[in-house]
Amino acid sequence: MIKSKHLLGIKELSAKEIYHILDTASGFKDVLKRDIKKVPPLRGKSVVSLFFEPSTRTKTSFALAAKRLSADFVNFSVSTSSVIKGETIQDTALTIQSLGADFMIVRHASSGVPHLLSNILEMSVINAGDGANEHPTQALLDLFTILAHKKRIEGLTVSIIGDIAHSRVAKSNIYALTKLGANVRVICPPTLMPAEIEKLGVDVFHSTDKGVKNCDVVMTLRLQLERQSKGFLPSLEEYFNLYGLTSERLKLAKDDAIVMHPGPMNRGVEIESAVADGPQSVILEQVTNGIAVRMAVLYLLAGVKK
Amino acid sequence: MSKEILDSNDINRAIRRMAHEIIEKNKGTENLCLVGIQKGGVVLAGRLASQIESIEAGPIEVGALDITFYRDDLNTKEEQPVVKRTDVPFTITGKTVVLVDDVLFTGRSIRAAMDALTDFGRPAYIQLAVLIDRGHRELPIRADYAGKNIPTSFDDLVEVVLEEDNSKNRAVLISGQ
Repeated sequence: MIKSKHLLGIKELSAKEIYHILDTASGFKDVLKRDIKKVPPLRGKSVVSLFFEPSTRTKTSFALAAKRLSADFVNFSVSTSSVIKGETIQDTALTIQSLGADFMIVRHASSGVPHLLSNILEMSVINAGDGANEHPTQALLDLFTILAHKKRIEGLTVSIIGDIAHSRVAKSNIYALTKLGANVRVICPPTLMPAEIEKLGVDVFHSTDKGVKNCDVVMTLRLQLERQSKGFLPSLEEYFNLYGLTSERLKLAKDDAIVMHPGPMNRGVEIESAVADGPQSVILEQVTNGIAVRMAVLYLLAGVKK
Repeated sequence: MSKEILDSNDINRAIRRMAHEIIEKNKGTENLCLVGIQKGGVVLAGRLASQIESIEAGPIEVGALDITFYRDDLNTKEEQPVVKRTDVPFTITGKTVVLVDDVLFTGRSIRAAMDALTDFGRPAYIQLAVLIDRGHRELPIRADYAGKNIPTSFDDLVEVVLEEDNSKNRAVLISGQ
């Protein structure tokens, strides 16, 4: 059962809690298939999003999740708020709490901001991405999507290709997959590989061909294009040649391997268009599953004794 | 302290009688379907359906309904919710839906079930069949078909065990004190 009223990261969750969230999400997935895609459990509750970094899909996904649980959803717009007038993030958060909100969905460029806020707030804090630390709901929806196709997580080989050093998606997925017993491989240029990443229980590959060989799941990550200007990469073409997921490379994986991407995609940089749109791609399913998983998170956190 | 209030024979007789009552009240089985409430009502709905089928010809549609998302006690209950399967693979609009549950107590589950059901369509009638009515209603809800009325005190627990393969059938009253 879920112990904390906050969702700060996968690191803080047990395998049992993760499975409980995923089981609950499959109930919501069924709700989303009906004509009436709305259920009443969070009636009268309100959910506020506080995003200090741009996001469309995560914010929209949370908004739909909240509304389909009958909660009210309000977006606190940082760019037009008093934050730019110099208010501290704690004061902003306490103000939102005083407005009577029950959940705060936070995204910030600095790691640890949701943790900081959870220490001063009574309301539930959900991390929607903090710096290079974690993006827990993305990892949960990835697990949900893998389970839907593979029926298990334990024993699967999952290859994550991309900017491991700067990716909170990679971090959350590594925690989640290793907790549930998958073999995780990480593949990326040496300049984008964090030191001592092996300590998280993953196998490091610098060759994409070797890293993808015989895996069950290939997860490609978005390459932030400014990495090149900061000198981590010689050129985007070279990145594609060495680390891009092409149809040729995908053939090295198992025949029934699935291809995942958290979005937004850079076609021709980390993934070839033919792969992104190909039969093994589950990229759009990930987006659909995101709503069910976020409904499960909001719903279960609401049931945790305050 | 616990005592058996219904044994296997009692339960089978109650199911047989309820099946006859359902057919009689609805003048046959046309337009009729059964929906069991998770968890206790699902096996019972299956049993009632096969009993009805053995009396009247024709298959009866049977669904399962999980009411977790429709409960009104998410914040007050001690234990956290566990979601079970909902499976209503047929349209209920215009049909007579018999909701089936093992025990009728406060009536709150039935209220939730009716809300859940109406999100699937608009039944012509909703009726209620329960194996045991133990009283203590908190809402204006009553059963159309009851296997047995059992007086209980509010703190008691009524536990019904129905195995799918009919291997175990019993209802037990566990005293609250």
